[in-house]
Amino acid sequence: MSDAPIRDSRPGANLSVPNAAALDKAADVEGRSLWQDAFRRLQANRAAMISAIVLIVMAFVCFVGPVLVPWSYEEIDWDILEATPPNFDTGHYLGTDSLGRDLLARILQGGQVSFLVGILATSVALVIGVTVGATAGFMGGRVDQVLMRFVDVMYAVPLMFFIIILMVVFGRNFYLMFLAIGFVEWLTMSRIVRGQTLTLKNKEFIEAARASGGSTASIIARHIIPNVLGVVIVYVTLTIPQVILLESFLSFLGLGVQPPMTSWGALIAEGAQEMEITPRTLILPAVCLSTTLFCFNFLGDGLRDALDPKDR
Amino acid sequence: MWAYFTRRLFIAIPTLWVVITVAFFLMRLAPGGPFDQEAPLPPEIMANLKAAYGLDQPLWWQYVNYLGNLLQGDFGPSFKYKDFSVTELIGQGFPVSIQNGAAALFIAVLIGIPLGAMAALRQNSGADHAAMTVAMTGIVIPNFVVGPLLALIFGIWLRDTMFALPVAGWNNGALPNRILPVICLALPFIAYIARITRASLIETLRTNYVRTARAKGLPFRMVVLRHAFKSAMIPVVTYLGPATVFLLTGSMVIETIFGLPGIGRYFVQGALNRDYTLVMGVTILAASLVIFLNLLVDMAYAWLDPKVRYE
Repeated sequence: MSDAPIRDSRPGANLSVPNAAALDKAADVEGRSLWQDAFRRLQANRAAMISAIVLIVMAFVCFVGPVLVPWSYEEIDWDILEATPPNFDTGHYLGTDSLGRDLLARILQGGQVSFLVGILATSVALVIGVTVGATAGFMGGRVDQVLMRFVDVMYAVPLMFFIIILMVVFGRNFYLMFLAIGFVEWLTMSRIVRGQTLTLKNKEFIEAARASGGSTASIIARHIIPNVLGVVIVYVTLTIPQVILLESFLSFLGLGVQPPMTSWGALIAEGAQEMEITPRTLILPAVCLSTTLFCFNFLGDGLRDALDPKDR
Repeated sequence: MWAYFTRRLFIAIPTLWVVITVAFFLMRLAPGGPFDQEAPLPPEIMANLKAAYGLDQPLWWQYVNYLGNLLQGDFGPSFKYKDFSVTELIGQGFPVSIQNGAAALFIAVLIGIPLGAMAALRQNSGADHAAMTVAMTGIVIPNFVVGPLLALIFGIWLRDTMFALPVAGWNNGALPNRILPVICLALPFIAYIARITRASLIETLRTNYVRTARAKGLPFRMVVLRHAFKSAMIPVVTYLGPATVFLLTGSMVIETIFGLPGIGRYFVQGALNRDYTLVMGVTILAASLVIFLNLLVDMAYAWLDPKVRYE
């Protein structure tokens, strides 16, 4: 046994194995992590996989597409200056809006804004929510009391009103918008993470980490947060569409991105003005927005099923 | 329990105070004022205007004054709608918004709960999938898309048929003018309520007491109606709290699209016009409404779920 070749570096894998053949067999059965398991379940969910692919394609088209479109989103075609149907000769593949700007270029640019706001604002919410939730849950006591009462009070405030006031006050700044939205969306995240942390903090491995001298901060960062990640990922996927919706809502009311920049919400608002003459200017951005929201929701549902099989 | 709710009411006061304070100072931070125009006013007139509205006082004094007036139920004069006090504007706008909101919520409950219950009782059947796909569609197509689309269909394409509906204006609350806004406002709620009802009823039907009720030979209909339904409604009732917030934000869009004189539209217009007092008034009203309804939801909670005890 002492001269058996070392085949597996995992601890315990080479102990008391009677012969090499059995060892080979044992090595064949590969361990599957929780994540691989979840990924397998997700792959089996056709709606979620199609949604993921559609989203990747849409994001890719929105960010790379403008290079291939002959017109830029702010460029006015002075030969046209009105809404026209699609025309391949002039390079307006989806026609123009009422000012003679290329509709396709504008939809792609609007998509960039939506995806960016979705990801950036959700990141803001993620960082604040996970930090507050994990801290409150793990520290307990007075810290928990103070943080969660604060969250309770914030819940009772109609935050949409505050976002609108903020956007008016600071003049429709693009970066401010995702900060403001992120500051609103972290509340639920912190509650979810806190709940998860409460169930985790009395587990043996946390005790072990503490016994081996880990500080509170390092236990939260290295043991608590990685273990709440599954729930967080699901919630993130479901927050992104909410954020995109919120941005479109603001842009629709004229409080979002500033012209000539545009977003799907702003395009829908413009399209709604002209829908009698050119329903296309309303319907195309509306379809893009709805498809994106649809896909994110399906992907989120799929992830929830994959990461939390008991829920099915 | 009553002690608990009394305490909650007292907590509402500092919450409201925070809302008022933050909103007040945020609004004043904004560059530009309510009297800015494209052609600037002569400085003397500007000074007089500001003096008339008390805007020449130091900010903290304005704040103290505002709070003082508020305690007497006075929201101050509107800066943009001359000759109107904010109380009058809210008095006009609030009934419009609340009627639409209540009608939308009523329709949502009336359609959403049976839809969700039907899906839950036929879980994984074609009807279930169909109902849930429709619900998902209702959630992901925002009402600022549904609004213009409905207007396009009923106002323009069906203009000359018997289905034609007015797409703008309130017309003193004539029924045809209400139909499209209320449908538009109700759609996402129908969807959410149906989804929540389905999930919660499925879970309730798997509990032990439902199994017991079935085992003792009660007809399935009775099991659902008598035993499962009440506790399955808890998440739905909980949702109605946040739903009021959605209703308020939804009314901003709906009232803008359909040109209704409600508080949502006043708020958006007021924010764009720097009409400080009007924005403050609507924000305070919205916050009070949200706090009050959350309290109501918690009370309903205690009634529905005997396990819930408030201390």
